[in-house]
Amino acid sequence: MTSIPMTQSSAAETSEVEGPFLQVEDLKVTFPTEDGPITAVSGLSYSVEKGKTLGIVGESGSGKSVSSMAVMGLHDAKSARISGSIRVGGTEVVGLGESRMRALRGNSMAMIFQDALAALHPFYKIGAQLEEAYLVHHSSASKRDARRKAIEMLDRVGIPQPDRRVDDFPHQFSGGMRQRAMIAMGLINDPSLLIADEPTTALDVTVQAQILDLLQDLQREFNSAVIIITHDLGVIAEMADDVLVMYAGRCVEYGSTKEILVAPEMPYTWGLLSSVPDVTASTDARLIPIPGNPPSLLRPPTGCPFHPRCVHSDKVPGDLCRTTLPELLPATSGPAHLKRCHLADPLKVYRTEVLPEIAPDLVEETR
Amino acid sequence: MFAYVVKRLISGVLVVTLVSMAIFLLFWYGPSSPAQPICDRETSNRCTQAKLAVYEKTLGYDNPVYEEYGKFVKGIFIDRTLTIASSEYECTAPCLGVSFRTKQPVKEELISRMPATFSIAIGGAFLYLLFGVPIGVAAARRRGSVADKALVSSFLFISSIPYYLFALLTWLYLTITFEIPLFSDTGYFSPISEGPWKWFSGLLLAWVALGIFGCTQYTRFTRGAMVEALSEDYIRTAKSKGLPARTIVYKHGLRAALVPVVTIFGIDFGTLLAGTIFTERIFEIQGIGWWSLEAVYGKDLPVVMATALFSAVVLITANLLVDIVYSILDPRVRLS
Repeated sequence: MTSIPMTQSSAAETSEVEGPFLQVEDLKVTFPTEDGPITAVSGLSYSVEKGKTLGIVGESGSGKSVSSMAVMGLHDAKSARISGSIRVGGTEVVGLGESRMRALRGNSMAMIFQDALAALHPFYKIGAQLEEAYLVHHSSASKRDARRKAIEMLDRVGIPQPDRRVDDFPHQFSGGMRQRAMIAMGLINDPSLLIADEPTTALDVTVQAQILDLLQDLQREFNSAVIIITHDLGVIAEMADDVLVMYAGRCVEYGSTKEILVAPEMPYTWGLLSSVPDVTASTDARLIPIPGNPPSLLRPPTGCPFHPRCVHSDKVPGDLCRTTLPELLPATSGPAHLKRCHLADPLKVYRTEVLPEIAPDLVEETR
Repeated sequence: MFAYVVKRLISGVLVVTLVSMAIFLLFWYGPSSPAQPICDRETSNRCTQAKLAVYEKTLGYDNPVYEEYGKFVKGIFIDRTLTIASSEYECTAPCLGVSFRTKQPVKEELISRMPATFSIAIGGAFLYLLFGVPIGVAAARRRGSVADKALVSSFLFISSIPYYLFALLTWLYLTITFEIPLFSDTGYFSPISEGPWKWFSGLLLAWVALGIFGCTQYTRFTRGAMVEALSEDYIRTAKSKGLPARTIVYKHGLRAALVPVVTIFGIDFGTLLAGTIFTERIFEIQGIGWWSLEAVYGKDLPVVMATALFSAVVLITANLLVDIVYSILDPRVRLS
């Protein structure tokens, strides 16, 4: 009897376990406020394997960043209530003590942030900030080792003359170089999980492509699990193996990137696809914004949270959309694709009504 | 950087010149003659219009104002001889004149009063930071808690009391009501060279009053700057690197929060060095502030002039130093 829990705990320590490196189950994040609790994330489950990339898409306030910060344990314990399960390399991090959490943070999992100018400390040199990230998890390393490592990482992310630029302050770097330095800092301890929170949003388009290429190269090299948070489906198409679409703190659609982009079954995902500008599309294709605004998390709509903005809810019999939250159920193609929608045959609606509007030239191919 | 300092020094000299002109003109066209204190002293307070006119003439006050001001400015650079009430005084450059009341050379007296004022200023400013910064950091880390709210509101209450009232009440309670022996030596200044204990005990009460009052403001500055710094993105980055809480708060948070605090501190410290008038008056410590107040009462033009110029020079220097320190603390700032 006693041997079973022992093997389990030793497996958790080594972090070399079978299955996905990151496994999130039924995650719920609530912030108590004076006006009542705000449920920012609810019933969220997903997993990422090493070497794979999960894209999380959704509007601002849909819970993308909040759920990733919960994985990193970055929420203030005083202001956030977290329940459910987050397993990183076999270690349960929900409720994990601060010192053990700290040993994981920046070491086996790292995060890179949107605005590198704000996310890097303005008063410390780039090199000093990288060295600090290395030294905190390598207590036996010397300052010279750390500096060598910092220069090596800057070189790896494509900073020219890294041995000189290491002594620059963040404001002396260009936007793209700052994001590269941020990535170098995230990867300096060879993390198995890298969370990139809108890493290219603050950059101009040509630099965006470079940064995405860099992330892909580094992922191949480090074989890490990557979560990329974005609201740009173009980034998803290029980077992600799987996609998780979030709306009002919940997962509304989850599946492989190809499935989600070709055969989406949730009207919110259709809305996201409709609002992507496509430079190669014919001029007949229209950009269709999603009407309305993201819902208040303090008083979320009853039933399906998307129903006030959904133009297809009239196809659902009765008041179902307004009264009942749809379950996250397997889509037409099988259990690898999950969707949360009451429509009886959403794929048919997509192909007959939505696709002709947004990409007429694609309709022929899918028939 | 060098060009910036030169530019600032030139504008500083301009300010000092304007201050000296303003004071000179105020006395010249003021309601009573600048020679009045000399006349009063020489005639045992039986000064008549005729006698006053004689003294005015020996001081040169029958000459045009620009001529006399010119003589004063010249004395800053070149030795001059002053004639006051038929006695002659050799005044070496930079000549700040001779006190009309005590006949003492102003420059020597100014220097002799510096240790008292500087002792008060350094001790008080030290207490500002010693208590203000750590309490402010602690409050910022617990922002929104009962302790934080109690601290902020009680410190706001103390800062709202006028300083002279606060200092008087401190003196009253600590020496008269409670008769705390530690504070019994208050009221005179003994230079540190004549024994550090005498120096310390003579100034202790002044430091306590000044330090407590000032530290309440520094607590609020530090708390505000710290709350702002701790909500910055780079703090989240520091946390995501796995750094311990102490490193995050002090190395990343306080380092950024100190910049505005140091800026205010530089100006405040300059103001203290220029003369702590209330503190010196209430605790009877005869430093520069006390002396300048006496000079104003006694219409002692050379002393008023000297103390005002001294204040201007100290404040201008403090401002310049603050700017230089600021550019060192924040690498994004370039002086130009």
